[in-house]
Amino acid sequence: MKKFLNSTDDFLRESLQGFGAAHKDIITCHYDPNFITRSKATKKGKVAIISGGGSGHEPMHGGFVGYGMLDSACPGFVFSSPSPDQMIAASEKVEGGAGILFIVKNYSGDIMNFQMASEMITGVSEIILINDDVAVEDSSYTTGRRGVAATVIVEKIVGSLAETGGSLKECKILGDKVNRNSGSMGVAFSSCTVPAAGKPTFELGPDEMEFGVGIHGEPGRRRDKVQSAQEITNELLGAIIEDLKLENNGEILLFVNGMGGTPLTELYLLYDNAKKTLDNKKIKIARSLVGNYCTSLEMQGASLTITKLDQELKKHWDSPVHTAAMRWGL
Amino acid sequence: MSINFLIKSAKEIQIVIEKNAPEIEKLDQEIGDGDHIFNVQRGIKLVIELEPIIKRLSMSKALNQIAMKILSGVGGSSGALFGTLFMTMAKVSNIDDGVDYKKAINMFVDGVEAVKQRGKADVGEKTMMDVLIPVANCLKQGVEKKKDLKDLMREAIKVAEKGMLSTKDLLAIKGRASFLGERSKGHIDPGARSSQLMIRTVCILILNT
Repeated sequence: MKKFLNSTDDFLRESLQGFGAAHKDIITCHYDPNFITRSKATKKGKVAIISGGGSGHEPMHGGFVGYGMLDSACPGFVFSSPSPDQMIAASEKVEGGAGILFIVKNYSGDIMNFQMASEMITGVSEIILINDDVAVEDSSYTTGRRGVAATVIVEKIVGSLAETGGSLKECKILGDKVNRNSGSMGVAFSSCTVPAAGKPTFELGPDEMEFGVGIHGEPGRRRDKVQSAQEITNELLGAIIEDLKLENNGEILLFVNGMGGTPLTELYLLYDNAKKTLDNKKIKIARSLVGNYCTSLEMQGASLTITKLDQELKKHWDSPVHTAAMRWGL
Repeated sequence: MSINFLIKSAKEIQIVIEKNAPEIEKLDQEIGDGDHIFNVQRGIKLVIELEPIIKRLSMSKALNQIAMKILSGVGGSSGALFGTLFMTMAKVSNIDDGVDYKKAINMFVDGVEAVKQRGKADVGEKTMMDVLIPVANCLKQGVEKKKDLKDLMREAIKVAEKGMLSTKDLLAIKGRASFLGERSKGHIDPGARSSQLMIRTVCILILNT
């Protein structure tokens, strides 16, 4: 394993310390229990939005704490859910009198820990569950689809509504709507190495790719020989379009997300290929996002996310945001 | 059951888990994301480190301390589920007046029921519940039928092993392996394996006392 680290035990702490120091104008890191808040206190009467999950997906979620997005983020160990004491401490710090909205990705561990936290805090709270990954089958008796890159979109849009005075109920409804209107699917050319494990989570041959990969390096739909970017794009988009039942002339947000080990050059190439396919299908890209936002350590791979847009979603997407990883409109 | 017995069990479990760590890690890498063994090892280490604090406490307070430590120090599904197990065991009435084997079994049975609720998982879904639920049922029936403690421990070891092995051919319905669908078949669930090892270790300790 080759990584920038001193000891695996200090890996997360040192990374958080660096993050806190580099962006001290925007966020403050709190330790034992670990959570990140805005450097300026949440204003009274605003719904406080808290997200969190395992570390290793940076900039998600700490990079999205700040004006127009999250009030707090709780980082767990690498690829492991945070624990209730983190969410409880964060809630106490950022609760502004209008309730707490937890944004949680659909993984058993995250759900259990956030549910325990919501049972243990005194104030009112709601949970938005993100499950945008169309690669895994959904059914009522399984854990269901995973929450992946659409989390970024939900956090941006709901963050905007909360910033402009939306109530807890309104934020919950809007978040569920964005999730329902979003679909994602990813592909990986390489695995990734959890520092504590010291070796890759799975092995991929030099000419192989994992189709429908998750954001923890967990295997996806199937393993296949590497194909051309256009073929990969078409298959990813095909699955998403089918799932979202996208219609001609509909407006969408196209999000090309890097998983940590793929250069922007290739992400823009994917954007180009996706645009060609969507143009052919007369689906209009009204908004775009390209970059490494929901990563899996150093995994080489990318995911495509589509969110169906309407006027309300476009307005909240365009509204000002000032976080470590996303800034515009200010 | 005393606090000393809890600590002794934790130390024994640490040795057994250490010995089987590569196997559990491999199982998790096949159908999970590879972090289960680290969570389990971290949790056991944290419990053992509590020794100087909990050995002076009452049983309910000691179990609550263990629960909070596991909850905050482990994270992930393991933290929430094992935290729930100990938190529920601490709630069984009158445990501070001494715990005989009947009471100890009641504590375990209540704890497993709470874990089942927390994880919303049942037998047949390829999780550690395939070990915990049959063992809880076996112990509960054993107490009702007034079985000899040592015979019951020998039976529990067999039930745990059978439950663990049963996960091999199951389709994962809960937990991270569920995302794999059919590909989850043919692998033993790592959580079932670690739970089975822990149960066997505690049963053997009781058999040797």
